[in-house]
Amino acid sequence: MTESNTEYAPANRSKFKKIDMSKLGGSDHGQSVDSLPSCLQVSNLNLYYGAAHSLTDVNLSIPSQRVTAFIGPSGCGKSSLLRCFNRMNDLVENCSIKGSITLDGEDIYHRSVDVADLRRRVGMVFQKPNPFPKSIYENVAYGLRIQGVNKKRVLDESVEKSLKAAALWEEVKDRLHESALGLSGGQQQRLVIARTVAVEPEVLLLDEPASALDPISTLKIEELINELKDRYTIIIVTHNMQQAARVSDFTAFMYMGKLIEFDTADNIFTNPAQKQTEDYITGRYG
Amino acid sequence: MTALKKFFAGGTPWIWINAGAVAISIMMTVGLLLLLAYNGLGHFWPKDLMLAQYSQPVESGDPLVREIIGERVGNEEVTAERIISSGIPVTGDRLMYERELVKIGNRDLNGNDFTWLLTDYLDNIRFPENLAAFERWEWGNFYGYVREVREAGNAVAVSDPANLDDTAAWDALTERVARAVALHDEIAELEKGAIGEVNYALERLRLQQRGLELRNTDTPEALAAIQTEREDWDSRYAVLQEQLQELYGQIERDTVVMIAMNGQETEIEVSEIVRAYQPNGMHIGNKLVVYAQKLWEFLSDDPREANTEGGIFPAIFGTVVMVLLMSVLVTPFGVIAAVYLREYARQGIITRIIRIAVNNLAGVPSIVYGVFGLGFFIYFVGAEVDQAFYQEALPAPTFGTPGMLWAALTLALLTVPVVIVSTEEGLSRIPRSLREGSLALGATKFETLWRVVLPMASPAIMTGMILAVARAAGEVAPLMLVGVVKLAPALPVDGNYPYFHLDQKFMHLGFHIYDVGFQSPNVEAARPLVFATALLLVMITAVLNQVAVSIRNRLREKYKSLDM
Repeated sequence: MTESNTEYAPANRSKFKKIDMSKLGGSDHGQSVDSLPSCLQVSNLNLYYGAAHSLTDVNLSIPSQRVTAFIGPSGCGKSSLLRCFNRMNDLVENCSIKGSITLDGEDIYHRSVDVADLRRRVGMVFQKPNPFPKSIYENVAYGLRIQGVNKKRVLDESVEKSLKAAALWEEVKDRLHESALGLSGGQQQRLVIARTVAVEPEVLLLDEPASALDPISTLKIEELINELKDRYTIIIVTHNMQQAARVSDFTAFMYMGKLIEFDTADNIFTNPAQKQTEDYITGRYG
Repeated sequence: MTALKKFFAGGTPWIWINAGAVAISIMMTVGLLLLLAYNGLGHFWPKDLMLAQYSQPVESGDPLVREIIGERVGNEEVTAERIISSGIPVTGDRLMYERELVKIGNRDLNGNDFTWLLTDYLDNIRFPENLAAFERWEWGNFYGYVREVREAGNAVAVSDPANLDDTAAWDALTERVARAVALHDEIAELEKGAIGEVNYALERLRLQQRGLELRNTDTPEALAAIQTEREDWDSRYAVLQEQLQELYGQIERDTVVMIAMNGQETEIEVSEIVRAYQPNGMHIGNKLVVYAQKLWEFLSDDPREANTEGGIFPAIFGTVVMVLLMSVLVTPFGVIAAVYLREYARQGIITRIIRIAVNNLAGVPSIVYGVFGLGFFIYFVGAEVDQAFYQEALPAPTFGTPGMLWAALTLALLTVPVVIVSTEEGLSRIPRSLREGSLALGATKFETLWRVVLPMASPAIMTGMILAVARAAGEVAPLMLVGVVKLAPALPVDGNYPYFHLDQKFMHLGFHIYDVGFQSPNVEAARPLVFATALLLVMITAVLNQVAVSIRNRLREKYKSLDM
C-alpha cells in the first residue's frame, strides 16, 4: 500500500468497469482508505508456521464500519491474516508472529490481552457452517451464556434481535427449539452469523462465508453483509472476485504472503495500480 | 485352474469365511444361553414323585429290596466295571449299564439327598397322587405320605396313605403351612426390622461412649445420657423379645406325622415347611403356579442351606450396587484423565508412553488388581481411615477390612483404561470447526470443552462405560480379596442411617457361581443353581449394558455429528 495507489482513483472510470458498482454495496467510491477512521491497524506483520514464512511485512489499515475484502490465489495468506485478527492462529502449534496488530489502538498481541475477550470483540464466521449440535435458540444464546447471561428475557430478546439481524428470524421463529442441524446450509451459515452478532462484536471476520453454499444462499449472505456493515467493521476473505467487487468497499490483493495492493474496490477492480493485481483480476493466474 | 483362480479372486470364499465366523459366534452364544436356561430354569419345575421298588443284587442270596420315593433327576451310562467296583455285583455280561440319579430328599433320615440307582433293577414304578413334597428351611426336601396332622400334640386330622380320596390330613396341613409361613415372615420381619434397628442403635451408643472415652470427654452427664438412651432401647428390646417369644410359641404349635419311604414314620414341625405340594396330582396350571413361586423365591429370597436352596437376592443386589458404584467412580475419573491427555497435555513422547501404559493396564490380570486393592486400599487407606474417623470401633476394623467401597474402587481401577481410551477416541473425533466456532465466540478452552466438546463426546464416554460395566459385572477373582463373601444376607443399602453401608461385605453372582458350584457340600443339589445363577448373571450384565447402550443411542441422536 502506497500513497500513489490511492491518489489516482478516477471516479469516472466506473462507467467502464467490468462490474457495475453502482448497484452494489460500495458507498465509498473514490474515497481514500486513509481518510477514514481505522479500526484495525496492521504493521510489519510477519507470520511463520514453523519454518514456513507465510506472511511477509504486511502493513494495512482496516477502516471502521466498512467492508474490506481480501482476495488472492489459494495459499496467498489471506486466511492466515484474517485469523490473526482474532488470534485463531494461537491454536496452531509452531505458529509465531512478529509485528503488531492494534484494535482501536490496543495491541491485540500484548501479554495483558484476554484472548477470549478479544474474540468476543472480533467475531468470526468460518468457511463451512459450524452450528453446535444444540437448538437454534441455544446456538444464538451460546455467546451470551458464556458471558454468564442466564436471564430468559435478556436471552430471548438477544436471540430475536440477532436472528433478525441475520435475516433468519422469519424462517425459524416457529422452531427455535429444534436442532440447528436441521437447517439448510445457507440457513446454518446465517445462524452462525446471528450467533456471532449476538455477542455484539466490533469486527466481523468472514472466512469465505459463502464458498460452501448454493448461489441463492450466497446472494442472501451478500445482502446480509450489506445490511450489517452499518454496524460492524467487516473483513471478508473470498475466492470469488465478483463477490469481492459486489460486497466490499475496500479490497486487498495478496500474493505469496505479501500485500500487493490495497485500495477501494473500485480502483482494484477497474484501475489496479499493480501489474500483478491486474493479472489476477483479469484471470491470468490464480 | 483359471476357474478356481476366478473363484478365489471373486471373493466368494472370503464371504463364506465371514459368514461362517458370524454363524459360529451366534451358535456358540445361543447354545450357551440355551444350555444355561435348560439346566437352570428346569430346576424350579415341580417334578413328579416316583414310587418304585429297587431290588439291588447282592453277593449271595436274595436281592436287597427297598422302596424308593423321589424325583428322577437324570441318568447316564456307566461301565459294568465301575459298578462292580462300587460294590454292586452285576453279572457283567454287558459293557454298559444305565443308572439313574434320584433325589430321595429326607436328608435327616437318609443322610443323603441323592442316590444313584441302576435302571435295570427298578420296577413297579408308580406315581401315587397323594405323595407329598415339602421344601423345608433346613435339611432339604422331604418326600412322603401325610399320615396325621397334630395341633399341640393332639391329632386333628388323620389320613390313610393307601386311600387316595382321603385328603383330610392334606387339607388340614396346607392350611397350617400357610399359617406357619405367614408367622415365619412376621418373625423374620421383626428380627430384621425392629430388632435389627435396636441392635444397630445399641452398637452406635457403644461406639459413642467409646468415642467419648477416647477423647477424654466422658463426663458423668454424657455417660448418663447415653445410659438413659441405652435403657430406653433395652426396654424396647424387652417388648420386642416378648413379641418374638409369643410368635415362636405360635409357630411351634403344629406338627405333621409323615410316612417316608420304607414305611418310616417321622414327625415334622409344620414351622419347618416352606412349601408343600403334591406334584403327582397337580395339573399343568398348578404346576406353573408353583414354578412361578419357586422362580420368584430364587430371585427375591435369601439363600438357605449353604446357598444350595432358597434365593440369591443379596447376590443380585450386591452385584448391581457394586457395578453402579463402580460406574459412578470410574466415569469421572477416566473422563478427566482422558481430557487432560487429549486436550491439555503436550502431545509428545511422554503422552505416548502414558497412553501405552494405560493400554497395558487393561491387560494386567485382574487378580493383580485384587492384590493391589487389598494391600493399598484396605490395609493402607482403609486402616488410615479407621484411625482417623472410626477410632472408637477399633480394634474391629470398619474400612480396614474388605467391603463394598473397596471392591468398587478396585474394579474402577481395573476398568479405568477402557474409559480413558474410548473417551480419548471420542474427543479426537469432535470436528475442529466446532471447537473453533466456540472459541471464536469468546469461550475459553474450558468453556468450549464443557459446553461443546464433552457433550458431543458423551456417546463415546458411554461406550467406555459400557465396556467397563461389561467387564466389571463378570469379574470375580479380585472381588474375592476385596469384599465378596459367601453369605451376607444384610444388604449394603437399608433403612438404618446412613442407609448406604459401603464398609459392608456383600454377595456377588460371579462368586456365588464359584461358591455354589465348587465349594458346596451338596454338589448335586447345587448344580442346577449354578446354571440358573450363571443365566441370571448373563442377563443382569445384558440388562445393565442395554441400559447404557440405549442412553448412548439417545445421546448419539442428540449430538449427531455434523458432516465435516
